[in-house]
Amino acid sequence: MIDLVDVSKSYGKGLPAVNHANLHVEKGEFVFVVGSSGSGKSTLIKLLMKELDSTSGRITVSGERLEGMKHRRIAKYRRKLGVVFQDFRLLKDRNVYENVAFAQRVIGRPTRVIRKRVPEILQEVGLAGKYKSFPDELSGGEQQRVAIARALVNRPDILLADEPTGNLDPKTSEEIMTLLEEINERGTTVLVVTHNKDIVNSMKKRVVTMHDGIIVSDEEEGGYHEA
Amino acid sequence: MRPSTIWFTLKQGVKNIKRNLMFSIASIITMAACIFLVGIFYSLVNNVNHIARKVEQEVPITVFFEKETTKKEMKEVGKLIKARPEVAKLEFESAEEAWEKFREQYFQGSEAAEGFKDDNPLVNSANYHVYLNEIERQNELVAYIQGLEHVREINQSEEAAKTLGSFNKLVSYASIAIISILLLIAVFLISNTISVGISVRKEEIGIMKMIGATDGFVRSPFVLEGIVLGLIGAAIPLVALYFVYTNVVEYILEKFNVLTGVVAFIPVQEIYMVLLPVGLALGIGIGLIGSFVTTRKHLKV
Repeated sequence: MIDLVDVSKSYGKGLPAVNHANLHVEKGEFVFVVGSSGSGKSTLIKLLMKELDSTSGRITVSGERLEGMKHRRIAKYRRKLGVVFQDFRLLKDRNVYENVAFAQRVIGRPTRVIRKRVPEILQEVGLAGKYKSFPDELSGGEQQRVAIARALVNRPDILLADEPTGNLDPKTSEEIMTLLEEINERGTTVLVVTHNKDIVNSMKKRVVTMHDGIIVSDEEEGGYHEA
Repeated sequence: MRPSTIWFTLKQGVKNIKRNLMFSIASIITMAACIFLVGIFYSLVNNVNHIARKVEQEVPITVFFEKETTKKEMKEVGKLIKARPEVAKLEFESAEEAWEKFREQYFQGSEAAEGFKDDNPLVNSANYHVYLNEIERQNELVAYIQGLEHVREINQSEEAAKTLGSFNKLVSYASIAIISILLLIAVFLISNTISVGISVRKEEIGIMKMIGATDGFVRSPFVLEGIVLGLIGAAIPLVALYFVYTNVVEYILEKFNVLTGVVAFIPVQEIYMVLLPVGLALGIGIGLIGSFVTTRKHLKV
């Protein structure tokens, strides 16, 4: 599903943010990418989102080669991904329903499909009954659930989560991770960038550790190592 | 595009306008001023042209003869002139008729004219009035007539036409200059309005792109905003100008009813046959260019 072969990314001079990385993720896998700040994990996510272009190497995601991808193709490619961020990135002037529906409108889904699909996905993330709330009226955990619903509403192949629990307390973090696990069990490939040690250690998933742009370890049922 | 997408885009566009209302109003006003001026100048230049043409056509060339030219010789000359294809009408006026007309026009029956009683002061003023059907060939004809025997002098109506013509040129140049400046300001203001809109919605745009919105989708509400601003900016002056035009024409004809015979204004419908599409196209064009350029600059991934 995700295939990185000898991928590097440097910003100007100095050490590359990602340095000769090799990573292979199968369809339906759940993978943690861990590392301290500046280890290159955010750059990795940005490369996968095609927000950045790699300096060298080959990236294939969901059957699409990212190098040299035409500008107009990028929008279509991103529809195969669902993305969740630490700061939720919800539209504050729109309610829960509209925030999720937005993702469907943007890709031109007809209203009748949206009316059916949005309640369905809100139910799935445990937000049934909160359709009309605005982001500011929700807790952090609930806001992240809205963001996850928005990421999933278009049924992406892959869910990318960049520090999804960074702004949340431990209990809520756990709930969000459980939700991501459920989503993974329903067939979506999930890649979570985090430095939440407790969660990584307790979930016993595949863990990829980065340090200074280099992938230093890649373990099945791994734990969080300080590199 | 699906109907729901079009509807969504439309709502976004209108929302943008509402969200930075002051900038939108400023753009609309500049645009309106610009198109209003275009309309004024267009009407002015066209009417002056129209009047100039009318004057040219209605004021004939007058051909005078040398002393001692006999009636028969005059008739010969008349025949030659009449034979020219550009000549529409030829009227002969004898010296007596010329004097009669002059007296009526300038002395209006006063005693002063009686002093000339049997001594026609316009004795050598027998003349032909030559009316043309193709005003463009006036100079050619004048040259021809000048070459004929017995012809002393030709009075041409060129002066009036020339004056009006140069006035027209001046108005045209001035208006082109003012309109170009206003056009630039209008494009700039629209572009400014749009970029404010973009910066207000930066976060939303970022999310849209992340979700997989195409450039066109992200852009279209802004381009639409530009077009709507342009359309409103065009509609206001076009409606206003319609009433201004009809009222001004009415006023002039009423106030200076001496002019009624000489001056004929172009009917407003005829002016609007050109002005309406041009005005709307200008409005939409300015809006489109302003917003297109701006979104292109700001929405690069």
